[in-house]
Amino acid sequence: MEQINHETMAIELKQITKTFGSVVANNKIDLSVKQGEILALLGENGSGKTTLMNMLSGIYRPDSGSIFINGAPVTINSPEDSIRLGVGMIHQHFKLVEALTATDNILLGSREKGIFLHKKRSEKIREISERFGLEVDPEKKIYQMSVSEKQTVEILKVLYRKADILILDEPTAVLTPQETTRLFEILRRMKQEGCAVIIITHKLNEVLEISDRVTILRKGESVATVTTAETNARELTELMVGRPVELAIHHLKTDFHENLLEVHHLSVADEEGFETLKDVSFDLNRGEILGVAGVAGSGQKELCEAIAGLLPLKKGAILYHNEDLAGKSPNEIIKMGISMSFIPEDRLGMGLAASMGMVDNMLLKKYNEGKGPFVSKKKARELAKKLVKQLDIVTPSVDTPVRRLSGGNVQKVLLGREIESEPNVLITAYAVRGLDINSSYTIYDLLNEQKKKGVGVLFIGEDLDVMLELCDRIMVLCHGKITGIVNAKEVTKEELGLLMTDASGKGGDAHEV
Amino acid sequence: MKYKIQVVKKAEVSLSKNLLLSLLAIVSALLAGGIFILAIGHNPLNIYGSIVQGAWRSPIAIKGTIKIAIPLLIASLGITPAFQMKFWNIGAEGQIIMGGIFATYFALFFDHLPHGLLLLLMFIAGMLGGGLWGLIPAYFKTKFGTNETLFTLMLNYIALYLIKYFTEGPWRDPASSGFPKIASFAKNARLDQVLGLHAGWVIGLLLVVLVFIYLNFTKRGYEIKVVGESTNTARYAGMNVKKIVMRTMFLSGAICGIAGMTQVSGAAFTLGEGVAGGVGFTAIIVAWLAKLNPVIILIVTVLFSMLEKGCSVMQSSFGLSTAVSSILQGIILFFILAFDFFTRYRFVLRKSTN
Repeated sequence: MEQINHETMAIELKQITKTFGSVVANNKIDLSVKQGEILALLGENGSGKTTLMNMLSGIYRPDSGSIFINGAPVTINSPEDSIRLGVGMIHQHFKLVEALTATDNILLGSREKGIFLHKKRSEKIREISERFGLEVDPEKKIYQMSVSEKQTVEILKVLYRKADILILDEPTAVLTPQETTRLFEILRRMKQEGCAVIIITHKLNEVLEISDRVTILRKGESVATVTTAETNARELTELMVGRPVELAIHHLKTDFHENLLEVHHLSVADEEGFETLKDVSFDLNRGEILGVAGVAGSGQKELCEAIAGLLPLKKGAILYHNEDLAGKSPNEIIKMGISMSFIPEDRLGMGLAASMGMVDNMLLKKYNEGKGPFVSKKKARELAKKLVKQLDIVTPSVDTPVRRLSGGNVQKVLLGREIESEPNVLITAYAVRGLDINSSYTIYDLLNEQKKKGVGVLFIGEDLDVMLELCDRIMVLCHGKITGIVNAKEVTKEELGLLMTDASGKGGDAHEV
Repeated sequence: MKYKIQVVKKAEVSLSKNLLLSLLAIVSALLAGGIFILAIGHNPLNIYGSIVQGAWRSPIAIKGTIKIAIPLLIASLGITPAFQMKFWNIGAEGQIIMGGIFATYFALFFDHLPHGLLLLLMFIAGMLGGGLWGLIPAYFKTKFGTNETLFTLMLNYIALYLIKYFTEGPWRDPASSGFPKIASFAKNARLDQVLGLHAGWVIGLLLVVLVFIYLNFTKRGYEIKVVGESTNTARYAGMNVKKIVMRTMFLSGAICGIAGMTQVSGAAFTLGEGVAGGVGFTAIIVAWLAKLNPVIILIVTVLFSMLEKGCSVMQSSFGLSTAVSSILQGIILFFILAFDFFTRYRFVLRKSTN
């Protein structure tokens, strides 16, 4: 069959279905992208975006349905197949070898003839990077690169393999607003060159800015495809969630003036002696949400772990009610009422025991209470049942291993437990990562409630829009240093972005309350 | 069109499906073993019949089966706490031996003590010996991050050669006219009989209950499970991971040490190089197949012992060589382990592109 279409479809997916056990991840999804078009794939976490794209890049295979590339039906069985067909995927987590140069990373795995690496191998790469306006030094080693440079290398890698269909999985999650703008310029350039681009995201403003059309997935089904120019954020949200959603975060005013936590000149070094936190000083008040912004890996994790007593301090003091936490064991810190609720990307690796049910997980910090050698599970069971009801946690039973719950529910279990322990200081890292919109707002409400009670909340976040609305003050970290502590009311996203990359160049001076 | 086979990890498998798979494993094992028996010119049904009969036909046979089961049961229970903590203790063999050596010391040099006291001392010494042998790799693991698998494995050889040293050196029986062996224990140092069998089986059954309770209902059991899940989570919860690892490995070794003590004082009445005889390794298979559940360990142990006892009876009554029963045991084990693979993975047939 000849397709008589002057605009050839670069990709066409027809009735794609994929199931994992009893879970239907993709149900009869149709999707198409033209050459020279940017399609945004929008949907909440768990709506099947990544699964669908993984079928295009050969990681999964569809159970049924067909894929057409440039009009011809294809079977994609492996990532090699997908590269051969001109599909390039840029994953959320970069797949680069840190010790090699950009050039060698790009050549890695390419099936060119010959045994030896060509001396002029960088030239060809320079050529491609100029054509698409990708600024990167081919001779630079990956470990010396910033996140956005690494991403550029990933893009170059797929372009070098002659991909003309590009899939980007949440590419802006790790970028500052300025870097995002630069990435979008690159994408527009590729569009001009005739590439088809699919960008996976759940950020509405980005969808509106960059895409030509939007396909919205909900619970594994494609609910609509709309032209970007003819839609707006409200409509997209409704399509994504399935009902109208109130998108305002309540900002609470509280009347506490007491200081809870003071951090003085805190430095933390990793095993190699590299300082991951450098001379950090700030304080946290009662009834306050202090946001911590920064590009991923700027020292957020270390800050959390240092306060929770999990990392030895190299220098400095953490005062809680004028008592120094330095040298105290995590157990003692927990007893003082400081609760860390989670650590980036590792909810199940730290914070919860994955194979245990909710009941056993409720016990995690309390199992040692009570006399005698035996663990008492009665209260924990009651608490688990209460949380299920209160937070709408979806689980077959309170004894089902928590690793079988969805990301959002895992998050609720964790945060619910921490809040129930009635902390005075609550540290949350990426509290809403992986949560659907509704659950995210539940979490914001929970945090506000804690704030109302006089709890000091340290909110490590990634969505600047949310932080500007939710937080009282925002502290910005860059390379382990504080580049500014600003009032959330009086700052713009762009200013935060500049602080995140330390464009002011005066790192670590600001300490204003 | 070409096809290729791929291995895919399964999601959770229900209990009934697991049971079905186990049953299938046994049936396939019997079928494959049957082909082998046919090939050497015997009737599989007769052979299998004699294996089952051999294990249970008479009180003596039953005693023989249980005697094989006792050390296997205790050692499997010993491995379990360590494995639940994901500390891969494959040093049960060495820990059994050290338990035996420590107990033997008291049996040889304190046999003037009252019977009850002496046995108690031997019991404690056995636990201490095994426990210390388990503590050493745990200490180095927590202190320097050494690999526990290699460490415990190597300690097995040290323990084995220690026996050799004692047999040929300081503990050599002067009455053995030059033959290197350790003297038989005095009556005083021999484990009592309960219902016609040495009391090791009572100890074993008690341990099933104790280990089950310890792992499932106590705070320490809870700690072991959390550390096994993730040391980060354990640290986060305020647990002292190093202490837990060392304590648990001491316990794990100590239980294995009990197996050594019951062997020397209940079965062999002396210490020889065969005191553990590979039981420490078989115990790993038993514990793993039983999914680290003490009650299922009991069942699996009985089945294993039946196979071993029954095979030895079968081989003598059919006049076959020992190799035949070893091969048959191997085939059966192989199938059971192979099917364990299917509880975790499945095969998928896929079209490959042309």
